[in-house]
Amino acid sequence: MSRYWVQRLGFALLGLTALAVVVPMLLVIGTIVVEGMGAISWEFITAMPSDGMKEGGIFPALVGTLLLTLGTALVAIPIGVGGTIYLAEYARDTWVSRCIRLAIINLAGIPSIVYGLFGLGMFVLFLKMGTSILAGALTLAIMTLPVIISTAEEALRAVPTEFRTVSASLGGTRWQGIRYIILPQALPGIITGVILGLLRAAGETAPILFTVAAFFLPRLPQSPFDQTMALPYHLYVISTQVPGMPLRIQYGTALVLLALVLSMNLAATVIRSYFRRRRQW
Amino acid sequence: MVAQPRAEAAQAGWREFIIEALIRVLGFSTIGFVLLIFLFLLREGVPTFYEVSPSNLFGTHWYPTFDLFGTLPLLLGSALVTVTAILIALPLGVATAVFVREVAPDWAREVLKPLIEVLAGIPSVVLGFFGMHVIAPLIRETLGVPTGLTVFTGGLLLAYMALPTIISVAEDALDAVPKSFRDAGLAMGATQWQTIWRVVVPAARSGITTAVLLGMGRAIGETMAVMMVTGNAARMPFTLDSLFRPARTMTATIAAEMGEVAQGSTHYHALFGIAIILFLLTFLINLVAASTIFKKQRRGGLR
Repeated sequence: MSRYWVQRLGFALLGLTALAVVVPMLLVIGTIVVEGMGAISWEFITAMPSDGMKEGGIFPALVGTLLLTLGTALVAIPIGVGGTIYLAEYARDTWVSRCIRLAIINLAGIPSIVYGLFGLGMFVLFLKMGTSILAGALTLAIMTLPVIISTAEEALRAVPTEFRTVSASLGGTRWQGIRYIILPQALPGIITGVILGLLRAAGETAPILFTVAAFFLPRLPQSPFDQTMALPYHLYVISTQVPGMPLRIQYGTALVLLALVLSMNLAATVIRSYFRRRRQW
Repeated sequence: MVAQPRAEAAQAGWREFIIEALIRVLGFSTIGFVLLIFLFLLREGVPTFYEVSPSNLFGTHWYPTFDLFGTLPLLLGSALVTVTAILIALPLGVATAVFVREVAPDWAREVLKPLIEVLAGIPSVVLGFFGMHVIAPLIRETLGVPTGLTVFTGGLLLAYMALPTIISVAEDALDAVPKSFRDAGLAMGATQWQTIWRVVVPAARSGITTAVLLGMGRAIGETMAVMMVTGNAARMPFTLDSLFRPARTMTATIAAEMGEVAQGSTHYHALFGIAIILFLLTFLINLVAASTIFKKQRRGGLR
């Protein structure tokens, strides 16, 4: 009978390791919420930083991050969705489509700082965009592509083949089938993929270090060719580069960034599970 | 079907042709991006190799102000931090994947999976911030070392950043093991525990290897968290206590120094040179990881 005790002990241990993965993460979130709550106020969110960032708020950094995320979305959504449609609906399993898949896997694996250098080399210097929202958003968009494509492709492939057959049998062309049948059915999955990609873009620091981020710029950007502050970079700056920074403001900034990213994460999860339950096939 | 006026049909056909061509182009764009990235890294990085002598480049001192560009301490720093991370993340990740897939009751699975996804979404700068303010002081006090910003601190954080990748890929691998394997194990009189470790996990071996490789790729490329908690001292990690001393990784070196170098200088080229190394390293890791994925798809039998 002793081997059943081994099993019990083993299962308990596995449960403990799962806890060892999850609990520290909850501690991180909990600590940041508890320590950061005190700093959060209307003024903190909507005011310009002042007194060498030791006073005031994080408004320009927050706006900068939102603008960057928006810019990333504008570039990444058409490319990502188009690429997904090609992979899921047009590409046959040849060496070409394998190359595309390999490219996607590699894009997903390229270190974020390497994206940063690429953005600096191509967009900022070669295409002479300068350190600007445009250069940053383009860099971030390429980085988010693999996330969008892999999630959205799953959504397209989940639509049953019969849908395509029926559309074709009614005289619809391939594109009409995709446009009016497949895409609407897969939309929730595509949206989930887009949000997951964008939340990565919103939280990343390394790709924007040399392409867009401003150390301290207490005004809002006026055009896509302006630099801007951004939340993740701002958190890095105030926690490592500015001596004597009040801990309260550091935790507050971390909390706002965390809340932004986690709420996007929550939205993606809710959309996915809601539509999965409502789906009739 | 109602006959369409010919002109209209032709117009619709043209529009469709253009749309499909566009989709094709977008499909191929990802290959283009990979090539573009490599091209621009080469463009800015290759000059390093004729500006800096090989003995300097593979030397043991990275002091750009004195024209010393020895990448060895950075390579070893990255390697040490990554190995530490994997040593922590491998057992934790595989055990958690086994728990989630094979053992956990439904409710526990419903709680664990979204939580692990949340972990994947925490920005690295936030984890680095937490590491600086909470973990580093803890390590300094419990171990009595001069600074808590050490290889171990970085490895620990990286392990948690690699965990979501490792867990989800390993879980998929376990999922791909057919139910008949488990049934056969149980029918032989083995306990579920024995079946898991002697049948299911060995059958999922190649997928678990992929999981670890992908986790490793993430760990090598991580920048912000590592830069904030490993102390950034470019020294050769040869002594035994290196694990609890500061080190400096390739990624952190680029992030910390690129902002201050003059464009076109040797130092600037050298940082791009490091980026080339990073690109090739992660490319290689992902290639190996991907080849196991493709092999599984081709064989198809195991499902």
